[in-house]
Amino acid sequence: MEADGAVAAPLLSLVGIGKSFPGVQALRAVSFDIRPGEVHALLGENGAGKSTLIKIISGVHAADAGSLLLDGHPIRLVGPQAARAAGIATIYQELLLFPELTVAENVFMGHAPRRRGRRLDWKAMRSATEALLESLDITDLDPSQVVGALSVGNRQRVEILRALSQDARLLIMDEPTAALTGHDVERLFAIVRRLRARGVAVVYISHRLEEVFALADRVTVLRDGQHVATRSVAETDRAGLIQMMVGRQIDSLFPKVTAPRGRPVLELSDLARPPATNGVSFAVHEGEIVGLAGLVGSGRSELAQAIFGITPATAGTMRVAGRAARVRSVADARRLGIAYVPEDRATQGLVRPMTVRENASLAVLGTLARLGFIDREAEAKLAADVVARFGVRTAGIEQIAGRLSGGNQQKIVLGKWLAAQPKVLILDEPTRGIDVGAKAEIHRLMSNLAGRGLAVLMISSELPEVLGMSDRVLVMRQGRIVGEFAGTAATQERVGAAMMGGG
Amino acid sequence: MNGAGRRPARARRFAISQEWLLALAIVALLVVVGLVNPRFVATRNLQTILLGNAYVAVAAIGMSMVIVSGNIDISVGSLIGVLATVSGTLAVAGWPVVLAWLVPVVLGAAVMAAQGALVAFLGIPSIVVTLGMLSILKGGLISATGGVWISNLPDGYHLAQWSLFGVVPVPVAVMVVLTAAAAWWMRNTGAGRSLYALGGNAEAARLCGIGRARTVMMVFAIHGTFAGLAAVLFATQLSVIQSTVPPNLELTVITAAVVGGVSILGGTGTVVGSTLAAVLIAAIGSSLIFISISPFWLRAVQGALILATVLADMWRRRRRGLIR
Repeated sequence: MEADGAVAAPLLSLVGIGKSFPGVQALRAVSFDIRPGEVHALLGENGAGKSTLIKIISGVHAADAGSLLLDGHPIRLVGPQAARAAGIATIYQELLLFPELTVAENVFMGHAPRRRGRRLDWKAMRSATEALLESLDITDLDPSQVVGALSVGNRQRVEILRALSQDARLLIMDEPTAALTGHDVERLFAIVRRLRARGVAVVYISHRLEEVFALADRVTVLRDGQHVATRSVAETDRAGLIQMMVGRQIDSLFPKVTAPRGRPVLELSDLARPPATNGVSFAVHEGEIVGLAGLVGSGRSELAQAIFGITPATAGTMRVAGRAARVRSVADARRLGIAYVPEDRATQGLVRPMTVRENASLAVLGTLARLGFIDREAEAKLAADVVARFGVRTAGIEQIAGRLSGGNQQKIVLGKWLAAQPKVLILDEPTRGIDVGAKAEIHRLMSNLAGRGLAVLMISSELPEVLGMSDRVLVMRQGRIVGEFAGTAATQERVGAAMMGGG
Repeated sequence: MNGAGRRPARARRFAISQEWLLALAIVALLVVVGLVNPRFVATRNLQTILLGNAYVAVAAIGMSMVIVSGNIDISVGSLIGVLATVSGTLAVAGWPVVLAWLVPVVLGAAVMAAQGALVAFLGIPSIVVTLGMLSILKGGLISATGGVWISNLPDGYHLAQWSLFGVVPVPVAVMVVLTAAAAWWMRNTGAGRSLYALGGNAEAARLCGIGRARTVMMVFAIHGTFAGLAAVLFATQLSVIQSTVPPNLELTVITAAVVGGVSILGGTGTVVGSTLAAVLIAAIGSSLIFISISPFWLRAVQGALILATVLADMWRRRRRGLIR
């Protein structure tokens, strides 16, 4: 810990925090300070202990070792209520709101102003909510709006209002931008800066390093449950942070090796399913990674779902490996050798109660089974292969998949689809929300797969990823391809301009 | 690292499966009640317990599959009542005994497949579809038959008159064989695996090409077949068949599945568990008589078993990290 008495006294000090779960030492002797009026970024790979740490600060878990000091006095946080009473509020990735209730009701859930006889004071609730909205310069929200109808960005603002309504002095935000679009991210940053100016401490967890540099004052890095360093952001750079997180030098995040381009494998011609897909034509060749760039809502995921038969195309034609192909269902697409790794792996990819082995074989049960009976030996071999190839950290293939960390779950979902030995692989945001180390592993794997002749179509909202990994970049807007850039022609400026639309 | 490495082994050792827990409970019950009243563990009584409840276990096999797939069926009690009546009526009407056994099985599969179609293709929740069917069957049966008693069943109709090796009555053997076959099928076939996938994460299953509609149709048709077999086992152990619906039978069947470790949320559970649970519930019912406790307590005991199982299930899920 730094001994710098000159700056503000810490709001919250963590001293030697330790926590273990059955089989895992999640945190070991973690110590650092959080100061009032700072944005403190918390970085670390998946499984580094970030989630456990914020759960301890927010009273969800009790630490096994160490202590928390609030304003220099030791406190014990038994349950989230105690943390909230101490002025610590947490905004989780999954927003915890009541969709049927109004903004004001959500903000004051659990601590609504009362009148005599314990009746709810609706008027006070409304005016207090209005005051909060005004204090954050939010003009497009009304206290009487029903939360379920709001955008993700606005729902998040409601959560922030709720924290402020309880006089939070420390606000913990767990990957707040994961589900936000560009404009909402900007608005969130504005709110966070405003809170900082007011003296609120914000602990900010994100996988996006750009955000750390844009927003944070200091950064703490965790690795394998241990505190690596707490630094002023001004004194660090991107490479240094990555190295601290992974504990090793990463040569390149995008280890793309150009493979020889072969025959076209997937050819689309005027493929359409209005309103999201309005006549799309392009081809993906053997050994090629085609990046599909575009803003959220430009129709990229919808196009992927049309190709994969989830929402079959209503017009246009498709050829796979040179032959005309009709895809009317997921089963058709699979038979043609198309694999699709969806964006939302947690809900669309993994069967949580099943074992690693059962998940790994789920997409290839047909080929693993003879007359309907599963070849257990082949299945075990396949699962062991997925675990080895992707470096899945698991106790074994009989481990329940839902118990693994997020990054490891995602590796299993990817492995499941590759087990089907597809000709065309469609990846929707393949590295969203996963840590830097796993990201590099997945990029290397994509490169290897393309090298072996697979045709890869990658949807990504991270421009550096699109530019770094793709042989060709297609840009989508309003359900159409509006730009194509190959090789050196694909620059951040050009692709970005095409995404935004001419002017 | 050393300490952390040893932990999972210990955690595994404590994680006794529901099946072993039930088997232990059955043995413990036999020992304890047998010590109080030795007649409880006499071969004759054990035969009676199993014979009188084999049909519950068989119905619970199909029910377990339905619940594992993320659905439920509350019409099974009424269906068994109807099919038992059909079976007895055919037998008394002079049909060949084999047909009196076979027709209810085919009919059961057909009725359940029809319900499965409503769930699969119209997307109506299974609890609503089967609630409707429960009333139709129950009301229809009493209206059609007036609750008449079917007697004078022909010789050769009663399955329990034959035994394997002189001690295992045929219905009990049927229960054991069906349980083993169903357990093996669920564990080792793609179709069996698809039930767990559908119940565990319907969206992921769909993307893997496991059609929800086909799987739901399949599981309901299989469940109907087991319900038909259960109806035959039920009817053939009676000297007189009352053409009404056995009260609360669907609840007993669901209880067996849930106590057997089938998660009501779908995705986990085995039929070995549900059969053991059916046997345990039957043995508890019988034991109450042998230790002179009013049999009316049985329902309360069943309720306590359900709650205990659900608590144990929640505890296990939390340990597996399935609930946070």
